[in-house]
Amino acid sequence: MPDAHHGEHFPGPIHQPPLVANLEAIQPHDFVHLPHHPKLQHHFDDMAQQIDASTLGMWVFLVTEIMFFGGLFAAYLVYRHASPEGFAEASHHLNVTWGAVNTIVLIVSSLTMALAVRSAQTSAPPKTQVAWIAATMVLGAAFLGVKAIEYTDKFTHHLVPGPNFHWTGKHPQAAEIFYSLYFCMTGLHATHMIIGLGIMTVIGIMAWRRQFDEDYYTPVEIAGLYWHFVDIVWIFLFPLLYLIGGHFTE
Amino acid sequence: MSDGQGHFGHAHIAPASMYYAVFAALIVGTVLTVAAAKVDMGVFNNVVMLLIACTKATLVILFFMHVRWASRLTWVVAMAGFFWLLLLFAVIGDYISRGWVPGTLR
Amino acid sequence: METVNYLNNGHGLKSWLLTKDHKRIALLYLVSITLFFVIGGFFAMLVRLELLTPAGDLLTAETYNKMFTMHGVVMVFFFLIPSIPAVLGNFLIPIMVGAKDLAFPRINLLSWYIYVLGGIFTLVAALSGGVDTGWTFYTPYSTAAANGHVITAALGVFITGFSSILTGLNFIVTIHRMRAPGLTWFRLPLFVWSHYATSLIMILGTPVIAITVLLVAAERGLHLGIFDPALGGDPVLFQHLFWFYSHPAVYIMILPAMGVISEIVQAFTRKNIFGYSFVAFSSLAIAIIGFLVWGHHIFVAGQSVYAGMIFSFLSFVVAIPSAIKVFNWTATIYKGSVSFDSPMLYAFGFIGLFTIGGLTGLFLAAMGLDIHVHDTYFVVAHFHYIMVGGAIMGYLGGLHYWWPKITGRLYPEGWAKFSALMIFSGFNLTFFPQFVAGYLGMPRRYHAYPPEFQVLNVASTLGASILAVGYVIPLIYFAYSMVAGEKSVNDPWGARGLEWEIPSPPPTENFTVSPVVTEGTHQYVHASQEAGLA
Repeated sequence: MPDAHHGEHFPGPIHQPPLVANLEAIQPHDFVHLPHHPKLQHHFDDMAQQIDASTLGMWVFLVTEIMFFGGLFAAYLVYRHASPEGFAEASHHLNVTWGAVNTIVLIVSSLTMALAVRSAQTSAPPKTQVAWIAATMVLGAAFLGVKAIEYTDKFTHHLVPGPNFHWTGKHPQAAEIFYSLYFCMTGLHATHMIIGLGIMTVIGIMAWRRQFDEDYYTPVEIAGLYWHFVDIVWIFLFPLLYLIGGHFTE
Repeated sequence: MSDGQGHFGHAHIAPASMYYAVFAALIVGTVLTVAAAKVDMGVFNNVVMLLIACTKATLVILFFMHVRWASRLTWVVAMAGFFWLLLLFAVIGDYISRGWVPGTLR
Repeated sequence: METVNYLNNGHGLKSWLLTKDHKRIALLYLVSITLFFVIGGFFAMLVRLELLTPAGDLLTAETYNKMFTMHGVVMVFFFLIPSIPAVLGNFLIPIMVGAKDLAFPRINLLSWYIYVLGGIFTLVAALSGGVDTGWTFYTPYSTAAANGHVITAALGVFITGFSSILTGLNFIVTIHRMRAPGLTWFRLPLFVWSHYATSLIMILGTPVIAITVLLVAAERGLHLGIFDPALGGDPVLFQHLFWFYSHPAVYIMILPAMGVISEIVQAFTRKNIFGYSFVAFSSLAIAIIGFLVWGHHIFVAGQSVYAGMIFSFLSFVVAIPSAIKVFNWTATIYKGSVSFDSPMLYAFGFIGLFTIGGLTGLFLAAMGLDIHVHDTYFVVAHFHYIMVGGAIMGYLGGLHYWWPKITGRLYPEGWAKFSALMIFSGFNLTFFPQFVAGYLGMPRRYHAYPPEFQVLNVASTLGASILAVGYVIPLIYFAYSMVAGEKSVNDPWGARGLEWEIPSPPPTENFTVSPVVTEGTHQYVHASQEAGLA
């Protein structure tokens, strides 16, 4: 096969100032292993850079989560605008007490999560760290338990969209859309809670193994960011789904 | 090495009392929003409800998620996320503006 | 004795499949992306063969619909969107910022596995009988009526979206937090700027299509009723949510190619880019304004006229930063020391074809004209000029330019020039007739058409055959070069940039200490200065 010599009309850079100050150094030579924190990953220069990158990475991920849920909120906005009375009527069947209880449960779990991060930040004994993490998990599980109760109730009252949906009020189509959105939004949220419980399990095990102290607690911090985000989603879901219209049943 | 943006070394550690105070505010907000839903304020129900929810979210973001003490980049990233969410809500603009141009079908 | 580089540092399948090295991951992507390009091309071939004759005589209508659907799905989600970022971006960005790797190497590897998993779902959908909804999955056809494996394909797209998200996340954190000392934002190569802008779109847009296809799958599988009018849903809402991502997605496809062109133009004119900061800011402007124009896909679908007017205006505005780039590339070439090596041939092709594609986009942005050409071959020609004449040329140009760096080998330049010219001519013969056919009224997505369009279609299919051969030739000589190509020096082109300061191929850790950057990475001394003239 024919070929051409590349760079024939490129004599190479001449009279060019060096691009870097340490051209010799960036060529490969024997690598010197300097002392560092055991958790430092080697592509980072130091722990500060690693912590910064990890936190920024979680925030960027949370932005994607905002947009992920955002599609559902946009759909909610469009359909509620289309039939406000229908949505209010459909919302009445949701149990505000359960919704409020769940809201409180999640807020408490955010508190325990924040205190779990703080316990790692202050090099608290591993038992303390694990206790706060476990408390967060118990509350998360309680939240899911309440959702299970609510979902079962919907099922028995024929409020699950599909062939078995049955609505006796004035706006059956709007009601079916409302409950489609209800299940999609709370279902997606619950899925995130379950994933959160998985993350917390891993964090709990790491804390039990004495891996976190004031020099290294990044995994707890970013798990906390995730957990708080899931809480924030519910902070909006609760009033938007449960508190429309001003009347509610027990 | 980064070029100077963001904090390095030890993060700000807030006293536990701060977390409890924010927690109390969030509980108050929840009670308020349930109570306000029982009062018929017409279209203002929505305004009040959104205001309370946004305040609660802001408290969680600033204090529980430590954005109050984070780098400017973190703040920009968080703001960008919510701004883009609002942009997505611009979809409602289509539905609201149907029929606004006289002489057209939609 | 061969020096240790990333290619020979570790042997065996496990060292590749479990690698954390961004350069090896880039090659994993190169292999899988090439495979999907061939698959997507296969579907295109069947489409073009059917369209040789006016009658629908090769395939049934339903099968034809499946062919163009699978062509679109595979090419958009499994080739165009990942191509440059996952191959060239992954390989070059850490080196261009002076880092040892991306911020999250394991997430980088995970993104490849996610891509492969999504690809498997889509291939299963294709092999089980395919999907016939068009790559746009419009409802209620996709959720209620379509016969085919919509849920599997939708899930394939959903899964692959996460690959895109993780890539964008990695790039953003790397560019913000891992730049070498002295490497300020305005010393970064324009390739990095365009990938940063691309990553913003990946992060902000992809989740919206993720939730949208998930809802399509849920509506189809669980009869949930979000977009189906029979269940009270709104099909136009689907289009809003779909295009909110899918319009910015086209900028995911073109911005990295623009970054490649900026690099190639500088190297092969031996000049710094004209108006560096304008080009850098234009990348950001395209990314941001690109999020404001999605309604131009919905002009005739029921969107309000008022909204249509706003989207039309903004669609004109978004052309401006692209035009700025074209002007600046042209100004760079003017009075530069131009050489016509194969990467530069691709760059010339890009600039011309992207300009044509972009100008025809303005036709589509005008609401009145769009009524006439919507859903005709005019649209098909427009987006292929951008995506094939633009993005794929950028991808090929970049592959050629950085091939010596990636593999340490030179490819045969004669064959490279030949195939570049073949691709250029094949491309124009394929797609220019489609502008004419569309303007004269030939609808898209039809397997049978009125006989007066046959000449244009035959020309188009002939062009596609030439184009296909043009694509196959590089496959052969690139593969050949890896085993028998002449070995390359660090900097075969005499180009400037951090990547050219390190060996070809690079060592695994790129740099053993952080380079300390003292000036912008593209400081070409102009030819006249070199010769000692004014």
